[in-house]
Amino acid sequence: MNLLNLVKTYRYFLLIILFDVVITVFHPSTGYTIFQYTAGNFAEMLSVIPPIFLLLGLLDVWVPRETIIRYLGEGSGVKGIVLSIVLGAAAAGPLYGAFPVAAVMAKKGTKYSNIIIFLCSWSTLKIPMFLFEMSALGIKFALTRWLVNIPGILVMAYIIDHVIGEENKAEFYRRQMANP
Amino acid sequence: MFTLLLYLLALGGLLISFGKDRHKTRLALMKGWKAFTNILPDFTVVLALIGIMLTYLSPHTIAALVGKNSGFPGMLASSIVGSITLIPGFVAFPLAKSLLDRGAGIMQMAVFVSTLMMVGIVTAPLESRYFGKKETILRNSLSYVFSFIVAIIIGMVVGA
Repeated sequence: MNLLNLVKTYRYFLLIILFDVVITVFHPSTGYTIFQYTAGNFAEMLSVIPPIFLLLGLLDVWVPRETIIRYLGEGSGVKGIVLSIVLGAAAAGPLYGAFPVAAVMAKKGTKYSNIIIFLCSWSTLKIPMFLFEMSALGIKFALTRWLVNIPGILVMAYIIDHVIGEENKAEFYRRQMANP
Repeated sequence: MFTLLLYLLALGGLLISFGKDRHKTRLALMKGWKAFTNILPDFTVVLALIGIMLTYLSPHTIAALVGKNSGFPGMLASSIVGSITLIPGFVAFPLAKSLLDRGAGIMQMAVFVSTLMMVGIVTAPLESRYFGKKETILRNSLSYVFSFIVAIIIGMVVGA
Protein backbone atom coordinates (compact mmCIF):
# COMPACT_ATOMS: atom_id res chain seq x y z
CA MET A 1 0.00 0.00 0.00
CA ASN A 2 1.44 3.33 -0.94
CA LEU A 3 1.53 6.37 1.34
CA LEU A 4 -1.38 8.17 -0.30
CA ASN A 5 -3.63 5.14 0.16
CA LEU A 6 -2.51 4.80 3.72
CA VAL A 7 -3.34 8.43 4.46
CA LYS A 8 -6.72 8.02 2.80
CA THR A 9 -7.55 4.88 4.76
CA TYR A 10 -6.68 6.51 8.06
CA ARG A 11 -7.94 10.01 7.21
CA TYR A 12 -10.44 10.26 10.09
CA PHE A 13 -7.91 9.02 12.58
CA LEU A 14 -5.34 11.51 11.28
CA LEU A 15 -7.90 14.32 11.53
CA ILE A 16 -8.56 13.53 15.17
CA ILE A 17 -4.84 13.39 15.91
CA LEU A 18 -4.47 16.75 14.17
CA PHE A 19 -7.24 18.08 16.43
CA ASP A 20 -5.37 16.68 19.45
CA VAL A 21 -2.18 18.38 18.30
CA VAL A 22 -4.00 21.72 17.96
CA ILE A 23 -5.33 21.34 21.50
CA THR A 24 -1.86 20.48 22.74
CA VAL A 25 -0.52 23.69 21.22
CA PHE A 26 -3.09 25.82 23.04
CA HIS A 27 -3.59 23.75 26.21
CA PRO A 28 -0.49 21.62 26.67
CA SER A 29 -1.68 19.83 29.81
CA THR A 30 -5.09 18.92 28.33
CA GLY A 31 -3.43 17.76 25.14
CA TYR A 32 -0.97 15.71 27.11
CA THR A 33 -3.85 14.01 28.95
CA ILE A 34 -5.59 13.25 25.65
CA PHE A 35 -2.46 11.65 24.21
CA GLN A 36 -1.94 9.72 27.42
CA TYR A 37 -5.48 8.30 27.30
CA THR A 38 -5.24 7.61 23.57
CA ALA A 39 -1.96 5.75 24.02
CA GLY A 40 -3.52 3.85 26.93
CA ASN A 41 -6.46 2.86 24.72
CA PHE A 42 -4.14 1.59 22.02
CA ALA A 43 -2.13 -0.34 24.56
CA GLU A 44 -5.32 -1.92 25.89
CA MET A 45 -6.55 -2.81 22.43
CA LEU A 46 -3.22 -4.27 21.39
CA SER A 47 -3.13 -6.40 24.52
CA VAL A 48 -6.63 -7.85 24.09
CA ILE A 49 -7.16 -7.97 20.35
CA PRO A 50 -4.31 -10.17 19.01
CA PRO A 51 -5.43 -13.43 20.67
CA ILE A 52 -9.03 -12.72 19.63
CA PHE A 53 -8.13 -12.40 15.96
CA LEU A 54 -5.75 -15.34 16.22
CA LEU A 55 -8.53 -17.50 17.66
CA LEU A 56 -10.92 -16.21 15.02
CA GLY A 57 -8.56 -17.22 12.25
CA LEU A 58 -8.16 -20.68 13.76
CA LEU A 59 -11.91 -21.00 14.29
CA ASP A 60 -12.54 -20.01 10.72
CA VAL A 61 -10.15 -22.60 9.33
CA TRP A 62 -10.79 -25.51 11.69
CA VAL A 63 -14.44 -25.41 12.75
CA PRO A 64 -16.73 -26.62 10.00
CA ARG A 65 -19.78 -24.55 9.19
CA GLU A 66 -22.00 -27.54 9.87
CA THR A 67 -20.87 -27.71 13.49
CA ILE A 68 -21.72 -24.08 14.18
CA ILE A 69 -25.06 -24.44 12.41
CA ARG A 70 -25.87 -27.45 14.56
CA TYR A 71 -25.11 -25.65 17.83
CA LEU A 72 -26.00 -22.03 17.04
CA GLY A 73 -27.87 -22.01 13.74
CA GLU A 74 -31.55 -22.09 12.83
CA GLY A 75 -33.27 -24.78 14.85
CA SER A 76 -30.62 -24.79 17.58
CA GLY A 77 -33.40 -23.77 19.97
CA VAL A 78 -32.87 -23.27 23.68
CA LYS A 79 -29.43 -24.90 23.53
CA GLY A 80 -28.32 -22.29 21.00
CA ILE A 81 -29.64 -19.47 23.19
CA VAL A 82 -27.92 -20.77 26.33
CA LEU A 83 -24.67 -21.33 24.46
CA SER A 84 -24.79 -17.77 23.07
CA ILE A 85 -25.26 -16.33 26.57
CA VAL A 86 -22.42 -18.46 27.96
CA LEU A 87 -20.06 -17.48 25.11
CA GLY A 88 -20.79 -13.78 25.68
CA ALA A 89 -20.55 -13.95 29.47
CA ALA A 90 -17.25 -15.84 29.36
CA ALA A 91 -15.67 -13.15 27.22
CA ALA A 92 -13.05 -10.71 28.36
CA GLY A 93 -12.37 -7.32 26.87
CA PRO A 94 -14.38 -4.33 25.67
CA LEU A 95 -17.49 -4.54 23.50
CA TYR A 96 -15.62 -3.77 20.29
CA GLY A 97 -13.88 -7.12 20.68
CA ALA A 98 -17.28 -8.78 20.21
CA PHE A 99 -17.93 -7.35 16.75
CA PRO A 100 -15.33 -9.36 14.81
CA VAL A 101 -16.28 -12.49 16.75
CA ALA A 102 -19.92 -11.96 15.81
CA ALA A 103 -18.86 -11.49 12.20
CA VAL A 104 -17.18 -14.91 12.08
CA MET A 105 -20.15 -16.48 13.89
CA ALA A 106 -22.40 -15.06 11.19
CA LYS A 107 -20.13 -16.34 8.46
CA LYS A 108 -20.36 -19.81 9.98
CA GLY A 109 -24.14 -19.81 9.98
CA THR A 110 -25.10 -18.65 13.47
CA LYS A 111 -28.74 -17.63 13.75
CA TYR A 112 -29.28 -13.86 13.83
CA SER A 113 -31.05 -13.73 17.18
CA ASN A 114 -28.25 -15.81 18.74
CA ILE A 115 -25.68 -13.33 17.45
CA ILE A 116 -27.59 -10.48 19.09
CA ILE A 117 -27.89 -12.46 22.33
CA PHE A 118 -24.14 -13.08 22.23
CA LEU A 119 -23.45 -9.38 21.62
CA CYS A 120 -25.72 -8.22 24.46
CA SER A 121 -24.29 -10.83 26.84
CA TRP A 122 -20.77 -9.73 26.02
CA SER A 123 -21.70 -6.11 26.72
CA THR A 124 -23.26 -6.63 30.10
CA LEU A 125 -22.91 -10.15 31.53
CA LYS A 126 -19.14 -10.50 31.40
CA ILE A 127 -18.16 -12.68 34.34
CA PRO A 128 -14.78 -10.98 34.99
CA MET A 129 -16.65 -7.66 35.23
CA PHE A 130 -19.30 -9.23 37.41
CA LEU A 131 -16.69 -10.30 39.96
CA PHE A 132 -15.31 -6.81 39.99
CA GLU A 133 -18.75 -5.22 40.27
CA MET A 134 -19.57 -7.49 43.20
CA SER A 135 -16.53 -6.41 45.15
CA ALA A 136 -17.17 -2.71 44.49
CA LEU A 137 -20.95 -2.35 44.66
CA GLY A 138 -21.99 -5.39 46.63
CA ILE A 139 -23.40 -8.78 45.78
CA LYS A 140 -27.03 -7.59 45.89
CA PHE A 141 -26.41 -4.87 43.30
CA ALA A 142 -24.34 -7.03 40.95
CA LEU A 143 -26.50 -10.12 41.18
CA THR A 144 -29.75 -8.19 40.65
CA ARG A 145 -28.30 -6.48 37.60
CA TRP A 146 -27.03 -9.79 36.23
CA LEU A 147 -30.30 -11.65 36.76
CA VAL A 148 -32.52 -8.86 35.40
CA ASN A 149 -30.28 -8.64 32.35
CA ILE A 150 -30.81 -12.23 31.19
CA PRO A 151 -34.54 -11.91 30.42
CA GLY A 152 -33.88 -8.35 29.23
CA ILE A 153 -31.33 -9.58 26.69
CA LEU A 154 -33.71 -12.26 25.43
CA VAL A 155 -36.52 -9.74 24.99
CA MET A 156 -34.22 -7.26 23.23
CA ALA A 157 -32.86 -9.94 20.91
CA TYR A 158 -36.41 -11.02 20.10
CA ILE A 159 -37.44 -7.44 19.31
CA ILE A 160 -34.33 -6.70 17.21
CA ASP A 161 -34.71 -10.01 15.37
CA HIS A 162 -38.29 -9.18 14.44
CA VAL A 163 -37.91 -5.48 13.70
CA ILE A 164 -34.67 -5.60 11.71
CA GLY A 165 -36.30 -6.99 8.58
CA GLU A 166 -35.27 -9.85 6.30
CA GLU A 167 -33.46 -7.66 3.78
CA ASN A 168 -31.29 -6.09 6.50
CA LYS A 169 -30.48 -9.52 7.89
CA ALA A 170 -29.64 -10.90 4.46
CA GLU A 171 -27.42 -7.89 3.83
CA PHE A 172 -25.63 -8.50 7.14
CA TYR A 173 -24.91 -12.13 6.26
CA ARG A 174 -23.92 -11.21 2.71
CA ARG A 175 -21.39 -8.70 4.00
CA GLN A 176 -19.82 -11.20 6.41
CA MET A 177 -19.65 -13.91 3.74
CA ALA A 178 -17.91 -11.52 1.37
CA ASN A 179 -14.98 -11.24 3.81
CA PRO A 180 -12.21 -13.72 3.08
CA MET B 1 -6.05 -12.81 34.27
CA PHE B 2 -8.68 -13.45 31.59
CA THR B 3 -6.46 -11.81 29.01
CA LEU B 4 -3.72 -14.24 29.99
CA LEU B 5 -6.18 -17.10 29.60
CA LEU B 6 -7.09 -15.77 26.17
CA TYR B 7 -3.42 -15.70 25.18
CA LEU B 8 -2.84 -19.22 26.45
CA LEU B 9 -5.89 -20.42 24.54
CA ALA B 10 -4.79 -18.69 21.35
CA LEU B 11 -1.19 -19.86 21.57
CA GLY B 12 -2.22 -23.39 22.51
CA GLY B 13 -4.61 -23.47 19.57
CA LEU B 14 -1.91 -22.16 17.29
CA LEU B 15 0.55 -24.85 18.37
CA ILE B 16 -1.98 -27.66 17.98
CA SER B 17 -3.02 -26.28 14.63
CA PHE B 18 0.58 -26.04 13.49
CA GLY B 19 1.20 -29.62 14.56
CA LYS B 20 -1.78 -30.83 12.59
CA ASP B 21 -1.56 -28.83 9.41
CA ARG B 22 0.97 -26.15 8.54
CA HIS B 23 -0.84 -24.94 5.49
CA LYS B 24 -4.15 -24.48 7.33
CA THR B 25 -2.35 -22.66 10.16
CA ARG B 26 -0.81 -20.24 7.68
CA LEU B 27 -4.27 -19.67 6.25
CA ALA B 28 -5.69 -19.06 9.74
CA LEU B 29 -2.99 -16.50 10.52
CA MET B 30 -3.59 -14.75 7.23
CA LYS B 31 -7.35 -14.65 7.85
CA GLY B 32 -6.87 -13.27 11.35
CA TRP B 33 -4.47 -10.62 10.12
CA LYS B 34 -6.77 -9.67 7.25
CA ALA B 35 -9.76 -9.29 9.60
CA PHE B 36 -7.64 -7.16 11.90
CA THR B 37 -6.28 -4.80 9.25
CA ASN B 38 -9.75 -4.51 7.71
CA ILE B 39 -11.14 -3.00 10.87
CA LEU B 40 -8.05 -1.15 12.06
CA PRO B 41 -8.92 2.20 10.39
CA ASP B 42 -12.25 2.33 12.26
CA PHE B 43 -10.61 1.05 15.40
CA THR B 44 -8.03 3.81 15.47
CA VAL B 45 -10.79 6.44 15.12
CA VAL B 46 -12.74 4.99 18.04
CA LEU B 47 -9.68 4.73 20.27
CA ALA B 48 -8.65 8.31 19.50
CA LEU B 49 -12.20 9.55 20.21
CA ILE B 50 -12.26 7.71 23.52
CA GLY B 51 -8.98 9.44 24.41
CA ILE B 52 -10.68 12.82 23.99
CA MET B 53 -13.84 11.70 25.81
CA LEU B 54 -11.94 10.44 28.83
CA THR B 55 -10.05 13.72 29.06
CA TYR B 56 -13.10 15.96 29.06
CA LEU B 57 -15.43 13.64 30.97
CA SER B 58 -13.07 12.90 33.83
CA PRO B 59 -14.31 11.16 36.98
CA HIS B 60 -14.34 14.62 38.54
CA THR B 61 -16.71 15.98 35.87
CA ILE B 62 -18.95 12.96 36.16
CA ALA B 63 -19.13 13.40 39.94
CA ALA B 64 -20.17 17.00 39.46
CA LEU B 65 -22.84 15.95 36.98
CA VAL B 66 -24.55 13.14 38.80
CA GLY B 67 -23.41 13.48 42.39
CA LYS B 68 -25.45 16.56 43.14
CA ASN B 69 -28.59 15.57 41.28
CA SER B 70 -31.22 13.24 42.49
CA GLY B 71 -34.41 11.82 41.09
CA PHE B 72 -35.16 11.45 37.42
CA PRO B 73 -33.00 14.36 36.18
CA GLY B 74 -30.07 12.71 37.95
CA MET B 75 -30.86 9.39 36.29
CA LEU B 76 -31.14 11.10 32.92
CA ALA B 77 -27.80 12.85 33.41
CA SER B 78 -26.03 9.66 34.51
CA SER B 79 -27.57 7.70 31.64
CA ILE B 80 -26.26 10.25 29.14
CA VAL B 81 -22.78 10.18 30.66
CA GLY B 82 -22.91 6.39 30.74
CA SER B 83 -23.95 6.17 27.10
CA ILE B 84 -21.23 8.49 25.86
CA THR B 85 -18.27 7.41 27.92
CA LEU B 86 -16.40 4.16 27.65
CA ILE B 87 -14.87 3.91 31.08
CA PRO B 88 -13.44 0.48 31.83
CA GLY B 89 -15.23 -1.41 34.59
CA PHE B 90 -12.33 -1.31 36.99
CA VAL B 91 -12.62 2.49 36.99
CA ALA B 92 -16.41 2.74 36.74
CA PHE B 93 -17.38 0.45 39.61
CA PRO B 94 -15.20 2.09 42.26
CA LEU B 95 -16.31 5.48 40.90
CA ALA B 96 -19.97 4.52 41.30
CA LYS B 97 -19.16 3.26 44.78
CA SER B 98 -17.49 6.50 45.82
CA LEU B 99 -20.41 8.53 44.43
CA LEU B 100 -22.81 6.31 46.36
CA ASP B 101 -20.82 6.99 49.51
CA ARG B 102 -21.12 10.70 48.82
CA GLY B 103 -24.89 10.56 48.61
CA ALA B 104 -25.69 9.67 45.00
CA GLY B 105 -28.83 7.57 44.57
CA ILE B 106 -28.63 3.84 43.89
CA MET B 107 -30.84 4.16 40.81
CA GLN B 108 -28.64 6.90 39.35
CA MET B 109 -25.59 4.71 39.75
CA ALA B 110 -27.38 1.62 38.42
CA VAL B 111 -28.46 3.41 35.27
CA PHE B 112 -24.92 4.76 34.91
CA VAL B 113 -23.32 1.33 35.17
CA SER B 114 -25.91 -0.26 32.89
CA THR B 115 -25.71 2.31 30.10
CA LEU B 116 -21.95 2.33 30.42
CA MET B 117 -21.82 -1.36 29.58
CA MET B 118 -24.66 -1.67 27.09
CA VAL B 119 -24.91 1.63 25.21
CA GLY B 120 -21.96 2.75 23.13
CA ILE B 121 -22.33 5.98 21.24
CA VAL B 122 -18.62 6.24 20.49
CA THR B 123 -18.44 2.65 19.25
CA ALA B 124 -21.66 3.02 17.21
CA PRO B 125 -19.79 3.69 13.93
CA LEU B 126 -17.80 0.50 14.48
CA GLU B 127 -20.91 -1.49 15.36
CA SER B 128 -22.60 -0.08 12.27
CA ARG B 129 -19.69 -1.25 10.08
CA TYR B 130 -20.37 -4.82 11.20
CA PHE B 131 -24.11 -4.89 11.84
CA GLY B 132 -25.57 -2.04 9.82
CA LYS B 133 -27.25 1.16 10.92
CA LYS B 134 -30.61 -0.28 11.85
CA GLU B 135 -29.27 -2.90 14.26
CA THR B 136 -26.98 -0.34 15.86
CA ILE B 137 -29.77 2.15 16.50
CA LEU B 138 -32.16 -0.58 17.65
CA ARG B 139 -29.77 -2.31 20.03
CA ASN B 140 -28.48 0.90 21.57
CA SER B 141 -31.87 2.54 22.06
CA LEU B 142 -33.43 -0.65 23.45
CA SER B 143 -30.47 -1.03 25.80
CA TYR B 144 -30.87 2.60 26.85
CA VAL B 145 -34.52 2.13 27.79
CA PHE B 146 -33.78 -1.21 29.40
CA SER B 147 -31.10 0.38 31.59
CA PHE B 148 -33.82 2.43 33.31
CA ILE B 149 -35.86 -0.70 33.99
CA VAL B 150 -32.79 -2.40 35.45
CA ALA B 151 -32.08 0.68 37.58
CA ILE B 152 -35.61 0.80 38.98
CA ILE B 153 -35.49 -2.90 39.87
CA ILE B 154 -32.06 -2.52 41.49
CA GLY B 155 -33.43 0.47 43.36
CA MET B 156 -36.27 -1.67 44.69
CA VAL B 157 -34.06 -4.63 45.62
CA VAL B 158 -31.01 -2.86 47.00
CA GLY B 159 -32.68 0.30 48.25
CA ALA B 160 -35.30 -1.59 50.24
